[in-house]
Amino acid sequence: MPEGGPVPSATYPPGDLAIWIFILAELLVFAVFFAAYAFTRLDHVELFNHYQTTLDSDAALVNTLALITSSWLVVRGVAAVREGDHRACARWFWGAFGMGALFLFVKSLEYAHHLSAGISLSTNTFYMFYLSLTFFHFMHVMLGMVILAAVAIKAAGGGYSREDHVGVETGASYWHMVDLVWLVLFPLVYVMR
Amino acid sequence: MQYKSQAVAKPYFIAAIGLFIGQILFGLILGLQYVVGDFMFPEIPFNVARMVHTNLLIVWLLFGFMGSAYYLVPEEAERELHSPGLAILMFWIFLVAGALTVLGYLLVPYSGLAQMTGNHLLPTMGREFLEQPTITKVGIVIVALAFLYNVGMTVLKGRKTVVSLVLLIGLLGLALLFLFAFYNPDNLAKDKYYWWWVVHLWVEGVWELILGAILAFVLIKTTGVDREVIEKWLYVIIAMALITGIVGTGHHFYWIGAPEYWQWWGSIFSALEPLPFFMMTVFAFNMVNRRRRNHPNKAAVLWALGTAVMAFLGAGVWGFMHTLSPVNYYTHGSQITAAHGHMAFYGAYVMIVLTMISYAMPILRGRQAANSNLSQVVEMWSFWLMTVSMVFITLFLTGAGILQVYMQRYSTDPLPFMVVQEKIALFYWMREVAGLVFLIGLITYVASFFVGGRQPEPKATAMPEPAAG
Repeated sequence: MPEGGPVPSATYPPGDLAIWIFILAELLVFAVFFAAYAFTRLDHVELFNHYQTTLDSDAALVNTLALITSSWLVVRGVAAVREGDHRACARWFWGAFGMGALFLFVKSLEYAHHLSAGISLSTNTFYMFYLSLTFFHFMHVMLGMVILAAVAIKAAGGGYSREDHVGVETGASYWHMVDLVWLVLFPLVYVMR
Repeated sequence: MQYKSQAVAKPYFIAAIGLFIGQILFGLILGLQYVVGDFMFPEIPFNVARMVHTNLLIVWLLFGFMGSAYYLVPEEAERELHSPGLAILMFWIFLVAGALTVLGYLLVPYSGLAQMTGNHLLPTMGREFLEQPTITKVGIVIVALAFLYNVGMTVLKGRKTVVSLVLLIGLLGLALLFLFAFYNPDNLAKDKYYWWWVVHLWVEGVWELILGAILAFVLIKTTGVDREVIEKWLYVIIAMALITGIVGTGHHFYWIGAPEYWQWWGSIFSALEPLPFFMMTVFAFNMVNRRRRNHPNKAAVLWALGTAVMAFLGAGVWGFMHTLSPVNYYTHGSQITAAHGHMAFYGAYVMIVLTMISYAMPILRGRQAANSNLSQVVEMWSFWLMTVSMVFITLFLTGAGILQVYMQRYSTDPLPFMVVQEKIALFYWMREVAGLVFLIGLITYVASFFVGGRQPEPKATAMPEPAAG
């Protein structure tokens, strides 16, 4: 693999190889979690179906749209920096950051609702999985936002250029992972009966 | 040596090796007591030997970590240590306190030691690995604070690198988590719960940061690979270690009265704890393959690679073996645990300290970069003797564990504990023999410091330009 020097935009995978190792490891954690959910559900289909209806799927839909939009914004940001427009890149990334914040806000309202109803990890197996999975993902949204902000700040300061913007692609790749996981989590936990 | 104050690492390393020898001797006594129950009784009962064996391990690893930090931090920060005098003072305090504690274990009945040291004022004694008298624990905190102050000031005033930052976070976590050793609730479930915050979050949390930082430092020095590349790997590895390791604490909460969700959290996250160790192995071999030069200290590179492999096997594979709660239901607290404990501690923490000693000691003793060929050959012999015998210790204990679990817990007609112990005695004998080989390896290791002292050191050679691709 070539080292150093400008990396052309067409390199595959985009961004730093290290982030891809990290992404794969993270996906593995989520995959194990999803599989555990699915296998446990087999034994408790009625319990899962019943308590699934207590979830606010409208809020989750808003969050799904927020994350899809954020991924689109990130794509625009990467496109902008490839054109050499680092200021526009920063703006797009801040937009994605805002969508992430919206996600956290909506999700926090959901948590507040559950907590006020006295629901905890020990309430039942469904809530255990629901709270664990979504909160683990919640933490990833926060980490992703930190990365988006770091990229946006560096981009605004002219830290990336048309020739050298591996960092932008790295941040974008991680954020897409966060989005992608939610796109599995949403139907799995909120919708599928 | 680039900075004079790095020399304070030397007494720490020597003390570490000295206590290591003590640990192994008590290990051999202990191993024999498994099959000859009254060996050395009543002078050294089993529980005392075990306490000394495990406490010496922890104390010498701490000496090793501190020595490593004192060597590494000035070089990374590109300035002298904040206070070499304080480092030496703390060395003596820690050594004397440690020696007095071990003597207390050996010479006074444990309850008498508790009385002598005023345990009733703040009861913290009597828990596995945290057996130290409260006053010793206070001493450990003082030494840790002084150490952190010293190292922290050096980092703050000097160049800040990812390696020194990760090391500092690891050491800070080590000190902070130790404070849970002072929390000793009456509720036994709670007691165990927080006890693991020290024990687990040390070895499967913050110590992994220390391990990663030291490994990264030695690889930067010996391979000449760009710091940026190595730091990137370090970030990914420690992030993964923390994600899996912190929640992985749950694998200790299955059967102690903690909430049921820990069965899931513990199983899922700790099942992934091998990942960072696997990455570490890939990382170490990758860096050595991409080396810019052949470092003259071949022994240090061997230790570094050995650490990565053995940590993955011992901590990763042997840990995974019994970490899922349905499996652990049967294997909990059996010889499987002992097998994992031995290889994980050796592979991850003993070997990383020996890696650092191997890299730093020749320089601390006034050489340019490496010991003579003769000394290195002896050291590499000791590497193989200790490592291979540890593999056998682990395999024999695993065999003993599988039989134990089957006969005592799994079969339709379970046998009592002591009956099973007699049936698996052969494995204990074989483990003891492997332990003797380990001791021979350790003696060889110590000998490597005393041979070939007058002979010249090998020269570094440049690597041929790598082919593109």
